[in-house]
Amino acid sequence: MLNIENLHVEVGGKEVIHGVNLQIPEGETHILMGPNGSGKTTLLRSIMGFSNYTITEGRVIFRGHDVTELPLYERARYGMGMMFQRPPTIPGLKLGKLLDVMSGHSPAKVYEYAERMNMSSFLDRDLNANFSGGEIKRSEVLQLMVQQPDFVMLDEPESGVDLENISLIGKAIVQLVDKDRHIIDRKKSGLIITHTGFIMDYLEADVGHMLCNGEIRCHGNPREILKVIQERGYQECIECAKI
Amino acid sequence: MRKDIDEFEDLPPEDKERLEQSGMILSSENRCGTFFQADQDVQHTSCTYEGIEMLPTAEALKKYDWLKDYYWNLVDKDKDEYTRYVAEQEPRGYTIIAKKGSKNIFPLQTCLFMASDDIQTVHNIIIAEEGAELHMITGCVSSHSVGHGSHYGITEFYVGKDALISTTMIHTWGEDVTVVPRSAAKLEENATFLSNYISMKPVKRVQMYPEARLTGENSVARFSSVILAPEGSDLDLGQRAILEAKGTSAELLSRVITRGGNVITRAHIIGAAEDTRGHIECKGLILEDGIIHAIPEIEGRLTNTELSHEAAVGKIARDEIEYLMARGLNEEEATATIIRGFLDVKIQGLPESLQRQIDAAIDAAEDGF
Repeated sequence: MLNIENLHVEVGGKEVIHGVNLQIPEGETHILMGPNGSGKTTLLRSIMGFSNYTITEGRVIFRGHDVTELPLYERARYGMGMMFQRPPTIPGLKLGKLLDVMSGHSPAKVYEYAERMNMSSFLDRDLNANFSGGEIKRSEVLQLMVQQPDFVMLDEPESGVDLENISLIGKAIVQLVDKDRHIIDRKKSGLIITHTGFIMDYLEADVGHMLCNGEIRCHGNPREILKVIQERGYQECIECAKI
Repeated sequence: MRKDIDEFEDLPPEDKERLEQSGMILSSENRCGTFFQADQDVQHTSCTYEGIEMLPTAEALKKYDWLKDYYWNLVDKDKDEYTRYVAEQEPRGYTIIAKKGSKNIFPLQTCLFMASDDIQTVHNIIIAEEGAELHMITGCVSSHSVGHGSHYGITEFYVGKDALISTTMIHTWGEDVTVVPRSAAKLEENATFLSNYISMKPVKRVQMYPEARLTGENSVARFSSVILAPEGSDLDLGQRAILEAKGTSAELLSRVITRGGNVITRAHIIGAAEDTRGHIECKGLILEDGIIHAIPEIEGRLTNTELSHEAAVGKIARDEIEYLMARGLNEEEATATIIRGFLDVKIQGLPESLQRQIDAAIDAAEDGF
């Protein structure tokens, strides 16, 4: 599904990602961990193709095609999707209107997903305006449900979410990445940034990656990596340099 | 309720389309009345709702002697060269009297149409008596064939005790047309005045500064403007509310986009009585180099008034565009979607049909974003 080769990324003229290699096969969901400022969000945003993230070296291969030079929206149309950690507020643009455009004017589908995410009463609200932390996440998941990307990147889906909503969001993510299907039928893939590992209460992630200072230091069993971090902190990973 | 307006039927198709863009329903379906003035000629006046009387102002002044007290009462005849010019002409335009307690579910439509290169003058008087609720939509349109022309319009609104007037004006003028409206409203106790103005088409120059005097306690005025200024358009627009009585409030809101045109958005609220509140919101987007000059003024004259304003002029934030692009919209679609949201003004108290008309006028301009 996704193959990243020797990716170097600059933000504001400064290199933040230093030669990352990452493979995510079809049907697999991977976890991305790492301390604050290690470059996790930068990695996701450069895969998606945001303008402030300049790829200076390396390639992003998506579904067998080199998308390194493709504009953002073409990557989205090609099957990439992303949950934003802090999405912008767009005054006047109603959540329902955006979903209507995204769904190709299919109100029944929008309504069904909105009901499922407990967001029906937000369809007439300005996008992200005065949304609480949990509401932002539910809105993001709802948008991804309508978009139905083949490969979804989630940036800290648990941050700012209360306990009640965390279960709703967790279960929805399971469906977004096909983890509710039999292993043979899984076509979708995911890459999830998490600090707490909450998502692993809802799905079995296939592989975990540890990003430190813009480099991947470890690939492995996500639960084991999380356990090491919880017990010994990130320093162990920084010093380990297994790869 | 359907009655074909013959005078509309006689127009060329391009002009019919322009009328429709200005919110006119040519079949008069879902309208309780229609007024149509082409150049200086009042061609059609009809109203099927018995609680409302609509007639040409010249006729109204002859029929009702008392109307002279309302004629040039809110707008000063000697205000400027335009008012003086209109005062020198035979009165044209319409007078609407919404009788006590009446309420029109279907709005009245009035159409001021410029068919030739000339000066059009109108003098409108709108009266809502006690407890009446009057909704109207005005289409100001020049023919596709009009080159140069000028429109000078006087409108005086009298909103009686517990009454409501909503007026929605949609301009579809031409590139060489100059428009100078002079409007004023007076509100009595518990009255509500909703004034909406939409201009999405090129126009050479518009200059206006309508004023609402809130003289009755707890009356409310709300002005909303949605403007798109293409290159060559020059609009100097203002809105003023004078809070003269206890408990009155006003909200002046404008959304302006320039595509090379120049727009001045003035707004002025004067808090001159106890327990008054006012808010001004001017927001501008510059899509192509042009000028948006927002001048919000709030003037408090005593301790117990609360006035505020917010104004912002700039471009669309890149992160907003890219957010939508990540959802699969290309840059043009993302930009148009954000702009459409920016212009989305929901007006409290407006019938749904009129809100739809406003939305449609803005939607129709989407290619111009």
